Amino acid sequence: MKGAETFFVDLARAIVNGLENMGMSALGAEIILLIIKFACIAGIVTVNIIILIWLERKISGFIQLRLGPNRLGPWGVFQTIADAIKLLTKEDIIPSQTDKIIFRTAPIVFIIISLMLYVVLPFGDGMAIVDLNLGVLYFISVGSLGTIALLMAGWGSNNKWSLLGAMRSVAQMISYEIPLVFSLLAVVMIAGSLNMSDIVNAQDKIWFVFLQPVAFITYFIAATAELNRGPFDMPEAEQELTAGAYTEYSGMRWALFFLAEYTNLFAVSALTAIMFFGGFKGPFLPSWLWLPIKAYIIMLVFFWLKWTLPRIRMDHLMAFSWKVLIPVTLANLVVTGCVLHFLK
Amino acid sequence: MGDLLKEIRKNFPSVTIEEDEFLTLRINDGGSLLPLLKLLKTGYGFNYLANLTAVDYKDKFTVVYHIYKIPENEKVCIKVDINRDKPELDSAVSLWPAADFQEREVYDLMGIVFRGHPNLERILLPADFVGHPLRKDYKPA
Amino acid sequence: MLETDFITINVGPQHPSTHGGLHAETVLDGEHIVDLKVHLGYVHRSVEKIAESRTYTQFIPYNSRLDYLATHLPTMGYCQAVEKLLGISLPERAEYIRVIMAELSRIASHMLFIGSLAIDIGATTGLIYCFRDRERIMDMFEMTSGQRLISSYMRIGGFNEDLPEEFYPAVKSFLDDLPYMLDEYNNLLTGNEILQARLKNTGILSAEDAIAYGVSGPNLRASGVAYDIRKAEPYGIYDRFAFDIPVGQKGDNMDRFVVRIREIEESARIIRQALKDMPEGEIKAKVPRVIKPEKGKEVYHRIESSKGELGFYIVSDGGEKPYRLHVRAPSFINLGVLPLISRGGKLQDLIANIATLDPVLGEADR
Repeated sequence: MKGAETFFVDLARAIVNGLENMGMSALGAEIILLIIKFACIAGIVTVNIIILIWLERKISGFIQLRLGPNRLGPWGVFQTIADAIKLLTKEDIIPSQTDKIIFRTAPIVFIIISLMLYVVLPFGDGMAIVDLNLGVLYFISVGSLGTIALLMAGWGSNNKWSLLGAMRSVAQMISYEIPLVFSLLAVVMIAGSLNMSDIVNAQDKIWFVFLQPVAFITYFIAATAELNRGPFDMPEAEQELTAGAYTEYSGMRWALFFLAEYTNLFAVSALTAIMFFGGFKGPFLPSWLWLPIKAYIIMLVFFWLKWTLPRIRMDHLMAFSWKVLIPVTLANLVVTGCVLHFLK
Repeated sequence: MGDLLKEIRKNFPSVTIEEDEFLTLRINDGGSLLPLLKLLKTGYGFNYLANLTAVDYKDKFTVVYHIYKIPENEKVCIKVDINRDKPELDSAVSLWPAADFQEREVYDLMGIVFRGHPNLERILLPADFVGHPLRKDYKPA
Repeated sequence: MLETDFITINVGPQHPSTHGGLHAETVLDGEHIVDLKVHLGYVHRSVEKIAESRTYTQFIPYNSRLDYLATHLPTMGYCQAVEKLLGISLPERAEYIRVIMAELSRIASHMLFIGSLAIDIGATTGLIYCFRDRERIMDMFEMTSGQRLISSYMRIGGFNEDLPEEFYPAVKSFLDDLPYMLDEYNNLLTGNEILQARLKNTGILSAEDAIAYGVSGPNLRASGVAYDIRKAEPYGIYDRFAFDIPVGQKGDNMDRFVVRIREIEESARIIRQALKDMPEGEIKAKVPRVIKPEKGKEVYHRIESSKGELGFYIVSDGGEKPYRLHVRAPSFINLGVLPLISRGGKLQDLIANIATLDPVLGEADR
């Protein structure tokens, strides 16, 4: 059991030691290790998304009394791969009136930003790629950059639907970033650190979801909105805006957006697990298994919400953030601060 | 209904009246249509223009209005014969907005011009369509 | 102050939520609808012109293709109009079968309304639930005529084929399950907070406006006017059944939604009574082989379709083809009110408004 727990940490140390024994400087070895780590992240994310997309289709099928994909492989597990191949081989269509540079870079920016989120996530005990002291802050600020990619896509497409989708996305981001940060701040106040590993370690005795139930609820709502997932999938809203910011995209460029959304989904679910559900902490299993398990369970809730609820109206969405979520999170902050002060 | 008939006989002597399932009023000159419609709408509460269509009788057009009073369910049918050479009639949109689409449809398919209609354009056929297909002398291109 | 501008955006005819080929040219100020213009005719098939070159019998299948979501209702309207023109009365059993098929069509159409409204406002799952249940009605239609969607089952003067044996258990079990289906819809949709926020107080159509614009059917009743042709002027044998007219109060989208759910219950009530009272016997009246109504005779017959007042105006010149046939299409006239109820609302309300007006473009464009 001990070996499994520290398997990846030992592996990393072994690689560094091996490189140093081969006569490489310590800095050089660290850099190579970092590159390996990034490559692993990219690989893990890709495989993970293939599973995720299949899972979402299966679960939506279950919710909607359908079978979901069931032709390729057992239970249709290879369906996503087939889709990926199809998307990769599709013609790359760029409408003639678009702003070419912005149009082309938008999906790349989006996927890069969503991959950047993984850098600070502690996947296990001591298994963050970069154990940033400002991990939470980094995650939030990078996460909100994704909207720029959507704005680029909407603006560059030169399509009114896309523009409307982009406008919605920006408005939504501005409104929901604030309650999101405030809810996380309440957790940070208790943990006393912005480092994610420290926050996980602070949940040794009790998960923060029990100490901060209000913050959890507000965080979860705001996170759903930040993820552009149903019932807050305003920028896409296919029944209203055809496909919103993605209207003009097809083939692999569209697939990149799609991938980035799922990348974000997993990242945010992992963040939820880290901030509220004790992250990688758990009995019996090694720590690097606990985080994915918790993240997947949280993701199931995201799926469940999306496939049950109708889409909320844009102005209700904004009103809900400014009139309900922000006051509630602020009050929660004040209460948390007072309690912490008196407990000291 | 009795008052209505009396008033129509007095004010519109040219109108012929038949009582069947509908109270059918037949008008020969288009000029007295609008006053008659106004009387029905404002004087007798016929608030619901259900159907408006036209028939091409080769020697004349007949525009047909089916008007109800709801929820009492009294029904009037008005038939206006108009000249085939100069198919024009007053629009009923000012009385019943329901006439808007239906008059456009009649204009589109039968080629009857409704004077005073706010937006008399083709509605079912493309704007550059030539001819009015429901006329009996229409020859498809 | 920044200079702002309106944008004109074409909702449809190629749009996921326009129920066919509806084209709403919308002027937007941000997300607010400043103005709206409805363009029709994208699925115009000149049905009225076609009618002039078909015999009365040959025209029956075209009716199913008008309102293909409630296949038997337009067929019934047309057949009754021709029967009225000929002065034929139907055998008892045929009348009852007609009522059963018509009300089943109404339920199918309203179920599709609920489902399409659900998907239009983003609740994808609602669509699937309604389609699952509507499928059972489609199966029953298939039993009777071999066709599911556009089953020209009715004939002038009655029916050619009686209901098959397997139809009765199917319709009974459907009616028994219907309350549970409706419970499911209500749990999933009607009680949902977001759905209520989206539908309540949006797309308000006052009773005066509804009457003035010639709106009919559930849309009119949702505005608070208790006018149902089945009650006001019973055609066929509708005067024999006990049923209520569900009426809304405000005429907003929510009322239009709830009225239709309640109409499903009323239709089920009618079917139950019809099944109980249905006699055995003939299913077709004596109809001349070549149908030639009297010269100069004309008729305007209207029925309460699932979309509203569906009228057939037929003029005969004594020949075997109608001299002129006009369809008073409720979808067409109901759409006239779309700009009125959408102006001042949000773009998202427009989608809900289109869905709750429940137009069928095959009927609107004819």
